Amino acid sequence: MKLGEIAKVVRSKNAGPFILTFDVILADAEAFERLRASATLTRETVARAYRVSPNEILEFDYYPFANAVKFSLRRPVPSGAPRDTDVYGAQQHVPLLEIEIG
Amino acid sequence: MTPSAPDSELRILSHGMLGYGFPVASLERAIEIGIDLIAVDAGSTDAGPFYLGSGALFGAREMVVRDLHMLVEAQENTGAPIIIGSAGGAGTNRQVDVLLEALSEVLIERGLSKKVAVIRSELDKSMVHGSLDEGRVRTFETEEALTHGDIDASRHIVAQIGPEPIMAALRKKPDIVISGRAWDVANVAALPVSLGYPKGLAYHLGKILECGGQAALPVEGSDLLVGRLASDSFIVESPHARKVCTVESVSAHTLYEKINPMRLPGPGGIVDLTRAHFEQIDDARVRVTGSGFEPSPDYTLKLEGARQVGFRHVAIGGIRDPRMISQIEQIEAEMRSRLAQNLEGRVEPDAYTLTIHRYGLDGVMGPLEPTRKPAHELGLLVDAVGDTPEIAETVCAMARSLLLHWGFPGRIATAGNMAFPFSPADLPAGRVYEFNIYHLMEVDDPIALFPFEILEMPR
Repeated sequence: MKLGEIAKVVRSKNAGPFILTFDVILADAEAFERLRASATLTRETVARAYRVSPNEILEFDYYPFANAVKFSLRRPVPSGAPRDTDVYGAQQHVPLLEIEIG
Repeated sequence: MTPSAPDSELRILSHGMLGYGFPVASLERAIEIGIDLIAVDAGSTDAGPFYLGSGALFGAREMVVRDLHMLVEAQENTGAPIIIGSAGGAGTNRQVDVLLEALSEVLIERGLSKKVAVIRSELDKSMVHGSLDEGRVRTFETEEALTHGDIDASRHIVAQIGPEPIMAALRKKPDIVISGRAWDVANVAALPVSLGYPKGLAYHLGKILECGGQAALPVEGSDLLVGRLASDSFIVESPHARKVCTVESVSAHTLYEKINPMRLPGPGGIVDLTRAHFEQIDDARVRVTGSGFEPSPDYTLKLEGARQVGFRHVAIGGIRDPRMISQIEQIEAEMRSRLAQNLEGRVEPDAYTLTIHRYGLDGVMGPLEPTRKPAHELGLLVDAVGDTPEIAETVCAMARSLLLHWGFPGRIATAGNMAFPFSPADLPAGRVYEFNIYHLMEVDDPIALFPFEILEMPR
């Protein structure tokens, strides 16, 4: 299964003008724990999806209180500066949808 | 009546973005429930650097006036003070003035007079230079140290104030507080903290209420949200008859736009949610307990500044020819080098930035795009930013015409490579800014730089 098929929310958004933050939210604690146990959504797999090195992935963590996984990434271009493509950062989530979840 | 001690519940109505509107029924229902405070966020860095750089009002003035009319009417019905932070979008002095004018218009129309406290949070550059010299400015998420050149280049520098300057103004019992750039939590938390409610709960409630109705389901358009703050917990609910707050919706909002949802840094310390507990108390309401606040040894303010980087000129065109589409990367590279040759001696290479946004290939994600497969048609947005409007226009026009007539291997459609929807194909797009200050500044006193002024309005 792909992450896009099992997650309830997959989104990206600015966390300030210099950082993009990504949220993956599961429907319930059971789905959340299954995802965590699969070890297929990790700092390494998201780094691969965005073709960056794992140490560029900021604060990757699982948050049981929200059945969520969250990480952040420095923006390639700050919000609204020349060469930026997405001022709000809300359309940067798609590579996550394709991650294979075991 | 505003409760005077934290043994009673404080009911806070929040509007997440002045000018975005909200359903009338939500406001009416909130008034029925009873409200002690109307907290309104009017800004954010989210819409990019233009509003801070230019000082122009974010959103449509008519919509801001509409929201103000309704909120002032709600105040007439409830007596709740209105606190508006981050006036005008970026909270510059100019935007504070524009909001005061809009408020004045509303009050005149309604025949009302109000006591208004105004807090300005735009900083004098000499003050920021001094702080930098004293070693009191820290590098933040840009990971680049601030320079005196950045300060000089910035059009406006604002500080995100904490709740303290608003608390100082509230001692004068104003009907309305209008503040420059403010931490989104401050609008919600200033009154309760001044009444003795715990900072951890008040700040966490502020974080949940700051986007208004976004923490309620279904999320559809902008809406209001209500928080009931007690001394040991708070309750979040929607005033909209068909919307509900669930543990899921409230905790999901806790993640929103933050790097670490458990520890939220702000002026004066960190909102610590590691022991926060969310509990569904009925179908539509969530109670939160355990939110804490950890004061920092130093009080720091976030500074935001934007500099003008130039002027923009754009052209939009579509490509349908598969031979051109398959060679677009190579064509763009060759076009850029020809462009530089054509401009030699007239426009220096560092006097412009040319971006070709390629919709249908990587126009949305740019360097982060993992899929390199173009669609059957591409939309090109030729985006030229130059030091002067003339340079931007020249670069845009030349890039557009080079692309239109570029000869590439296998080309058989020799009349032109792009379809332009407009005449003229090129459009001026005004001034371009970028955030060039996003740093933390230590201060000894959270209030001293941000004195309030009391106005009897309309003047």
